[in-house]
Amino acid sequence: MANALEVRDLSVRLGGRDVLRDVTFDVAERTALAVIGPNGAGKTVLFGALIGALPYRGEVRWAPGTRIGYVPQKLDLERDLPVSGRDFLLAKVEVSGARRDEAIRALDLVNLPPAVADQPIGTFSGGQFQRLLLAAALVGRPTVLLFDEPTAGVDEPGQERLYEMIERLQEAEGLTLLLISHELSVVYRHATNVLCLSRASPCFGPPEDILTPERIAQVYGEPLKYHHHHG
Amino acid sequence: MTWASVTLSVAVAVAAGLVGCFAVMRRMSLASDAMSHVALPGIGLALVLHLNPLLGGLAALLAGAVLVWGLERQTGISTETVIGVVFSLALALGSMLATGEELVEALLGAPGAPGPWELALGLAGVAAIVAFVLTQRSRLVLALVSRDIARTAGIAVGRLELLYMLAFVLTVALGLRYLGVLLMGSLVIIPAATAKHVARNLHAMFAVAVGVAVASTLLAEVVAPVLHRPTGPVIITLAAAAFLGSLLVRRR
Repeated sequence: MANALEVRDLSVRLGGRDVLRDVTFDVAERTALAVIGPNGAGKTVLFGALIGALPYRGEVRWAPGTRIGYVPQKLDLERDLPVSGRDFLLAKVEVSGARRDEAIRALDLVNLPPAVADQPIGTFSGGQFQRLLLAAALVGRPTVLLFDEPTAGVDEPGQERLYEMIERLQEAEGLTLLLISHELSVVYRHATNVLCLSRASPCFGPPEDILTPERIAQVYGEPLKYHHHHG
Repeated sequence: MTWASVTLSVAVAVAAGLVGCFAVMRRMSLASDAMSHVALPGIGLALVLHLNPLLGGLAALLAGAVLVWGLERQTGISTETVIGVVFSLALALGSMLATGEELVEALLGAPGAPGPWELALGLAGVAAIVAFVLTQRSRLVLALVSRDIARTAGIAVGRLELLYMLAFVLTVALGLRYLGVLLMGSLVIIPAATAKHVARNLHAMFAVAVGVAVASTLLAEVVAPVLHRPTGPVIITLAAAAFLGSLLVRRR
């Protein structure tokens, strides 16, 4: 299987500190990579380097023709920002040179009612806003989706629905997925490979190798409760 | 009141309303007010050198825009602090270079009609600013919501922000003649702040901001001569009244 992304010896230095050191991994096309690790381990910094927003050493090679859809971590928006969901989607449509009906298709894919899309984005609930960001990421037919904690600020039942939606979209659209997540049980079920970042050296492999109680204790510095869901 | 001055000030109001929308949404209301002060040393220096003071103001503003843009890109510096210091310094230096009547005019604007060249250049500047905001609004919206989304959509975010800052200071420069260093920032910010309070989407915000800026300008042209007051402060008073009035409107 061809690789959507190859990363070799990636290091990022910020404010005089090595946030990431010698991170190496591959992501095959149409697979899902989960990035785990404690707060401050550099998960979001990794994404920043992958999209070229932060300076880095090492190699980041995206497959030719890669189009990235990015769903950022919880954004700090003012409630009274006069930008409606539709304004935001149409902005993405125009910038990515897509057709206007792609906005409607994207709303449909993430089950966001048009009446909600007409509201200012500051008034969206956590789950609605994540779905709007997902819809915007899907505009322009991306080949890769990057998710930075897709379920932060979303209630429990909403989280499950969001992950199911992501998985369904990945299947239907043939997407490669990179996601940062704290939900280890979700990671176990949905990820093809796991990259763990911590103060110790990074580890990379399939979930059944990485998500062992010993490894998790090592990564997070303490034993973490989580449930295996087999089958 | 001449047709030339009314035409130019209405055109500048349109530009100010549009540019202000993104200034307010980007939470740079205070920074942008401080930034317009940077025109003062430029005006003062131009007066000392017997050059056109407005061109001196424009040059200083353009330099200030590049400076702020550069500082924002540096990590580890508190931009707000630096802006506060740099622009207070600009105000102090400018006050030493220009004195007396000239200083008052630079700070608060002066009556008088623009010459044909000033009118032509002013209208060309307004056309450039309006074209920039309207053609780049989608890019500005994406960068406003998330720089990372904008970047992955192929937008050169740094360059876009520099262009926006330049559009902003050009707008300020265009209003220096009749509003002065102290009040021009308000024509950019107050109509847009009013619009932000009442609008629920982008088009409505543009319409309200431009509407408030233009209406305040036109009404001031009528009211100011009756009150025997200069036009500039009347424009800002009317815009501020519109803002206070908008607070009474329940948004939802």
